[in-house]
Amino acid sequence: MEPFKKFTGLVAPLDRSNVDTDQIIPKQFLKRVERTGFGKFAFFDWRYLEGEIPNPDFILNSPRYLGSEILVAGSNFGSGSSREHAPWALLEYGFKVLISTSFADIFKNNCFQNGILPIVLDSAAVSHIMSNSLSADQEAYMVTVDLQNQIVTDDLGLSKNFDIDDFRKESLLKGLDDIGRTTLLEKDISIFEKNRINRW
Amino acid sequence: MINKKTLFDKIWDSHLVSQSEGQPDLIYIDLHLVHEVTSPQAFENLRLNQRSVRRPSLTVATIDHNVPTINREKITDPIAKKQIEVLRENCQEFNINLYDINSSNQGIVHVIGPELGLTQPGMTIVCGDSHTSTHGAFGTLAFGIGTSEVEHVLATQTLIQRKPKKMEIRTNGDLPIGVSPKDLVLAIIGKIGVAGGTGHAIEYTGDAIRNMSMEGRMTVCNMTIEGGGRAGMISPDEITYEYLEGKKFIPNNKDFKEVVDYWDSFKSDSESEYDSLVEIDSQSIEPMVTWGTNPGQVTQVSGKVPDPLDFIDSEDQENAARAIEYMGLEPNMLIEDIKIDRVFLGSCTNARIEDLRSAAKIIKGRKVSNNVNAMVVPGSMIVKIQAEKEGLDGIFKDSGFEWREAGCSMCLGMNPDILIPGERCASTSNRNFEGRQGKGGRTHLVSPEMAAAAAIKGHFTDIRNWNI
Repeated sequence: MEPFKKFTGLVAPLDRSNVDTDQIIPKQFLKRVERTGFGKFAFFDWRYLEGEIPNPDFILNSPRYLGSEILVAGSNFGSGSSREHAPWALLEYGFKVLISTSFADIFKNNCFQNGILPIVLDSAAVSHIMSNSLSADQEAYMVTVDLQNQIVTDDLGLSKNFDIDDFRKESLLKGLDDIGRTTLLEKDISIFEKNRINRW
Repeated sequence: MINKKTLFDKIWDSHLVSQSEGQPDLIYIDLHLVHEVTSPQAFENLRLNQRSVRRPSLTVATIDHNVPTINREKITDPIAKKQIEVLRENCQEFNINLYDINSSNQGIVHVIGPELGLTQPGMTIVCGDSHTSTHGAFGTLAFGIGTSEVEHVLATQTLIQRKPKKMEIRTNGDLPIGVSPKDLVLAIIGKIGVAGGTGHAIEYTGDAIRNMSMEGRMTVCNMTIEGGGRAGMISPDEITYEYLEGKKFIPNNKDFKEVVDYWDSFKSDSESEYDSLVEIDSQSIEPMVTWGTNPGQVTQVSGKVPDPLDFIDSEDQENAARAIEYMGLEPNMLIEDIKIDRVFLGSCTNARIEDLRSAAKIIKGRKVSNNVNAMVVPGSMIVKIQAEKEGLDGIFKDSGFEWREAGCSMCLGMNPDILIPGERCASTSNRNFEGRQGKGGRTHLVSPEMAAAAAIKGHFTDIRNWNI
């Protein structure tokens, strides 16, 4: 994984709650055996009309959000299916950070596994980011994400700290993967297994 | 004073491989279930990193998600076919037991685990599938994981986990006649909401649970994820042990009583503590029908589609309005006036033998409405064969249901069984998300009995008014 660095990125809004992973990546694209190639299918059913014509009514299709790296969404984002294809699709689409008042558990884990940072903020802060990213007055609304200092800021006075699990923070900042970290505990696993076999 | 522990605490503590201050725990995984959809990238990464599968004997695979339910020998979708072939190759290369399409033990992964006795009290069980919570019915800690974690378990037989909080959902009183475990869990999700269980391992307790069959308990635990719960679980008891006795993978080199004593030790201690408690008045529950696009948008069959203005919260209002529009319904219309086009009796939620028996009882001697296309997809080949032995297939076919082979089928529509845009389905599955059963398809979640009755009537109907 790439180490996560502080950056300032364009924000795209998805102002609905309970966006499930079936919406993020519909089932017909789960048959692929690769980890790549999902970005163009992200939000497929909302994003395209018949014949894969971009749906002008779907907000992320608006030219102003082209190149966005931060997605702000309603509560309980990523609910439902455990499909990791959802974060794969979001990452390939360009999102490195997701902001919401809450995320579904499995989806959140899957994000961390792929270097995506899910940030939970209170509803006032999420509303501030949502409304500015929707506002016609803010043509290119940008937010700065500083993981090291656990803070999100913008030019309009937003300065909000967020919580993150220390373990996950370290993995993101250093670009570490879980298996590599667990391999260091090989001895503990072997001891556990030995004791376990003895039980029966 | 003796430390009182819950079922969850006991399983967690007995699976701790490593624990250190400020770090998540490393827990051991007893059983890893694998299917074709969420595993290929995990195996591929193992190869790329020259890693092996640490404990192939604790890993079991089957093919369920994208298999057709008719003419299975000839899979016409080349991408689905490739995914199946890749799983076969991976299982062969890494020496993993696979219940392939032609196996008499093939079926939906969460149906075959319990029926083969792979699922046993006190275990930790994971699978790259959110409905892994099903296995919690046996007093296991079972939850869904993503593909990276599938790879992690394959490589290390462990998972890095923060301990979730504990929630008790206590059922007071028994379920009334005509009200099923599916109705109970839909009512629970309606009450706590689709994110109500987030961050929690939920233990279901109380009268309705204790008096419920194992298959009913599986239905309840299965849908825990629809309320956001990390895991759903039920302390094991005599009903659990009776179900498991004699199953294929139950240790037979031991006295069964000795095995049961071990399983029994995982029960939650009386007066053990949870972080939160939700109480359910079981006796007030009615047959339930979802009207919206998530399982929390649900009401009683005797009720109405809500008016978005009924909701206090503006977000709930918007969600309801959007859902009602997608579903092609009108506010305040009676649930019983909703006409359906399709019926799907299947899925890891409700495709076990008891589900099929209950549905067959309703339709016996009756005909499926002319306007309805109805199908039964048994949860496994064992279920299918058992149903055929009991003559249930004949009952279904006589009344106009299609009788299919085992698989996930129209629960998620990865195989050819899908709704066409605008079609309305009474489904015994677990998710009514937009497009879940096919783009533009409209799904109403119900119990097997309610689905069967709707097939006959052509619209939803209160099963309690039927003389069965």
